[in-house]
This record gives sequence, C-alpha cells and structure tokens, in this order.
Amino acid sequence: MARVVVDVMPKPEILDPQGQAVAGALPRLGFDGVAEVRQGKHFELEVDDSVDDDTLAKIAEGFLANPVIEDWTIRRVDQ
Amino acid sequence: MTARIGVITFPGTLDDGDAARAVRYSGAEAVSLWHDDADLHGVDAVVVPGGFSYGDYLRCGAIARFAPAMTSVIDAAGKGMPVLGICNGFQILCEAGLLPGALVRNDKLHFVCRDQWLRVENNTTPWSTRYDSGAEVLIPLKSGEGGYMADKPTLDRLEGDGRVVFRYVGENPNGSRNDIAGIASEDGRVVGLMPHPEHAIDALTGPSDDGLGMFYSALDALAVAA
Repeated sequence: MARVVVDVMPKPEILDPQGQAVAGALPRLGFDGVAEVRQGKHFELEVDDSVDDDTLAKIAEGFLANPVIEDWTIRRVDQ
Repeated sequence: MTARIGVITFPGTLDDGDAARAVRYSGAEAVSLWHDDADLHGVDAVVVPGGFSYGDYLRCGAIARFAPAMTSVIDAAGKGMPVLGICNGFQILCEAGLLPGALVRNDKLHFVCRDQWLRVENNTTPWSTRYDSGAEVLIPLKSGEGGYMADKPTLDRLEGDGRVVFRYVGENPNGSRNDIAGIASEDGRVVGLMPHPEHAIDALTGPSDDGLGMFYSALDALAVAA
C-alpha cells in the first residue's frame, strides 16, 4: 500500500472567491502581510502497489479535478 | 401521439417534481427516470433537473455524471435527442462533457435566489423556438455555484456560433463570463441554463409563465420529428 496525495487547485485565471474571502478576513483577525490566498482541495488515497502512475493520473484528471477550471498534482508520500 | 419527456431523479435532486409538472403543463407525458437505471424507457427527450445531486460532494454534478442514467443520456444526446439541464442539471451536463465549460462559486459567494430577467439570444434550439429572438423573460434563479466559466477560445466559439441561448439582463448575478445564463451544444440539441424555467410556468406559483415556452418548444421539435 502507498499513500498518494492529489492536490487540486483552481487555475490561475479562474476567479477564486473563497480564497479572496479568506484573504479578506485575515487583516480583520489581526494577521497582516498575507497578499493572496487561493483555496483548493487535498485528497489522500491509500492505493495498492499495483496502481500505476497512469491510472492515478486518470483518476485525478477524469474525476478528482475538472480540467476546465482546475489544475492537479500527484505525489506519492512515505507513510 | 403524446410526446414523452423523461425527468431524472438523483439522490439529492430537488426540482424533479416541478420539472415533471412543467412537462405536464406543456401537454407532454412526464416520465420519471431513476439515476441508477440505464433504461430511458423510450422517452423522446430528457430534462436533468436542479437540486444538489450527491450533496454537491467533490464538485456540483461530478458524481451524478457517472450515473447509469447519464451514460444513456450521453449516448442518446449523441444521436440527437433533445436534453435540457437546469441548474444542477446544467452543471451535470458540463461535467459530462455534453456542454463546454464549468460552473463555479458565485463571485460574491452569496447564494442567489431571485426572479431574474434573461434575454433570449438563440431561438433556434429545440428548447427555445417559442421565444422571439431578443425577448426578455422573467425566470427564478437560485444557485450558489452558477458562475459560468470557460476559456477564451471556448467563449469566442460559443459567441461566434450563436450558442449562447440565454443571457442575464442587468447586473450580472454570479460572475458568469459574458453574462451567460444558458448555452447549447454544437448541434443545438442539448441546452443548459442556471435559472429555473420549471418554476415559472404559472403566475399563481411563479413570477411569470415565461418558462413554459421552453417545454412548448421541445414539444414542437418532437412533433416535427415525429
């Protein structure tokens, strides 16, 4: 078994109103100096060793992310 | 012969009842379709209604698009069957690849629920022939993720080919690119929009009966085809 992390982020050109709202709240909470926040999704998958990178890419591209509006990255992490 | 128009119910669908009512108001037979059943029961057209299929988990429409009923809808749409996606149904059709682009969180983050004026930009699709081109109609809009997004080449193609079917009039309610409220597929047979025509079929229960035209239009198209 391996742990695979898939991060999905809105494409740079797509407006991210949630990230903007978080960024807008920080100064009100007394945290200054954060210029920008973008909000995405983080998936942790426990997968059999038989699952290859191509299959993981299909899972990310075809389901976890919508390539019209989101970019994705995959990495295998040590447990 | 009475036209038969299917209405799909997914777990979390809310507006299947009103969509079926609108179908019946227009004079067609409403056929309930279940998400887990790949059999479309011989319907002549399909409405994918609004709501929160699968709780909007992952992304709006992302899980519903893989339902057995949707696989059959994608297949039937490829053969020219008229398909209408309303609100969550529009999101499902985009996720399914039947329509280009995607719907994202409203730019002001608020869930928008109001009666919204739309302009009919294309009255040649099977779902819009009953409207005059340029007509303005009053239809309820109720969505939190209704901002229509597509890259510039896609938007240019939609605009150039006249595939924008409805456009928001007045202030843009959700940040949709080009004020787009609804679009059509390349062959025009598949239409999706965020506002809810099925809620505007009777002045007693809606702001107007302007939405009924979409269902009458489908009936016309099916009668011609029959």
